[in-house]
Amino acid sequence: MDNEIAIIGAGMHPWGKWGHNFVQYGVAAAREALADAGISWRDIRFVSGGATVRCGYPGYVAGATFAQALGWQGAEVNTSYAACASGSQALAAARNKILSGECEVALVVGADTTPKGFLAPAGGYRPEDPDWVRFYLGITNPTYFALYARRRMDLYGDTLEDFAAVKVKNSRVGAKNPRARYRKCFTAEDVAASAMVADPLRLMDICATSDGGAALIVCSLDYARRIGKADAPRVAAISTVTPTFASAVVEMPDIATDSAAAAGVEAVSYRSSIPLKAYEEAGIGPGDVSLAEVYDLSTALELDWIEDLQLTPRGEAAAWLRRGDTALGGRIPVNVSGGLACFGEAVPAQALAQVCELTWQLRGQAGDRQVKGAKVGITANQGLFGHGSSVIVKK
Amino acid sequence: MSDKPLAPAIEGWHTMADEPHLIGSQCTGCDTYFFPPQKQYCRNPGCDSTDFREVELSRTGRIWSYTNACYKPPAPYVAAEPFEPYAIAAVQLEREQMTVLGQVVSGVTVAELKVGMPMELVLETLHETDDDIKVTWKWRPLAAAANPAKGA
Repeated sequence: MDNEIAIIGAGMHPWGKWGHNFVQYGVAAAREALADAGISWRDIRFVSGGATVRCGYPGYVAGATFAQALGWQGAEVNTSYAACASGSQALAAARNKILSGECEVALVVGADTTPKGFLAPAGGYRPEDPDWVRFYLGITNPTYFALYARRRMDLYGDTLEDFAAVKVKNSRVGAKNPRARYRKCFTAEDVAASAMVADPLRLMDICATSDGGAALIVCSLDYARRIGKADAPRVAAISTVTPTFASAVVEMPDIATDSAAAAGVEAVSYRSSIPLKAYEEAGIGPGDVSLAEVYDLSTALELDWIEDLQLTPRGEAAAWLRRGDTALGGRIPVNVSGGLACFGEAVPAQALAQVCELTWQLRGQAGDRQVKGAKVGITANQGLFGHGSSVIVKK
Repeated sequence: MSDKPLAPAIEGWHTMADEPHLIGSQCTGCDTYFFPPQKQYCRNPGCDSTDFREVELSRTGRIWSYTNACYKPPAPYVAAEPFEPYAIAAVQLEREQMTVLGQVVSGVTVAELKVGMPMELVLETLHETDDDIKVTWKWRPLAAAANPAKGA
């Protein structure tokens, strides 16, 4: 296909709470990806970074920051900020550069350091800022995840035990992933014993924030052939679509949804619209997918994503989970990396970490976590302010 | 109960009547509603109107979903001491075809809520300042209206 690029290198700094500068994680991930690709840093002609907004100016110009740290060598740089989709947007920038023929091989890298304490909005009286409004009225991040979870319970009959089973499933594979932050096999009892945060979600249903870094080396198919990597996994599609008015689901940090009262306007679920463009672009359907890495900010949200990706009919993800169909060895394994449940979220690195996992899986290098015969993988994530992405990687 | 005057926690977002309404805006070009009120540009991609009228939104709707806050939120939330958990509901307004978040009145727990349950808008204390009692909109099960245990 003429819109495909090859992934010839993948690397990560392990997720954790290390307390170092984000640049250190990005450099470690980039060097691992370069070594994995077997090419030199000087071969890279484009550096595409995912921005972090928590680390001052160097984070806003992350592409240049990483290029300087690796040693200025004249490559062009780019920095993308798209909340949780930053890594995908950085990857899309590299793809454009490669497909336009401007460069043959690029480094895509994102890294973050967790802030200390709450990410509270600025003080004062600022009703024009939706983030200030919702905190003032007592609406926190877990509120939104819990609203989605509770709706599943009332509409589809999902249970607290189902949500705990997502955590148990993901922790079983995460325990085998040397790059994951939490590597313990949690039990349903562990989840049930954790504190209720926002009913029906307990502390262990909600993902943490972490330090981490992830990087990819991507190139033209011709370049991959020339260096003997003609069968490297390929990026078959990248969707970074924005929502379509009127957005049907109340999203962080808003206090209300769009109104769909105008003639000709329908309420549309943003989350389920994100993968549509990816499937269309790749010419691949949900039935072709071997595995998925989805953004489990909460355990229940993994079930929403499975349905949004059309891997199961709407309302049936919990039934598939109960049968083991979404576990390693099941019909459609989801989050065999361990997911955010085991990693915690490192915003600008997370979407790239999802693609790293697909890369290793499609190469058959995932060890104890290997999905047998994996041919097509899809990622999905969604963040603040109309940012979300889905990437399809195929053999 | 203190005898301080009542004041809206956020100015101009709801009426102060016994049966209060949220104050939204409506595009005169395409009839799209906005809450919080939006008066500069219409976010309907098929409309470029810049003309809006102020409207009182429906004060009843049905629960889209619900949850609670078991832990004290960070500032700017002003929490009572000791912190009392509260329920939260996302309520769908039929005429406006939109969903609005809000706390549920104190004394109502998630065990008493259900998706689809009819709710009405009331005012209740959010917090007190030295000068006044800041009230805001909260959702209350319609069935409970006959026996209002706690008002503003």
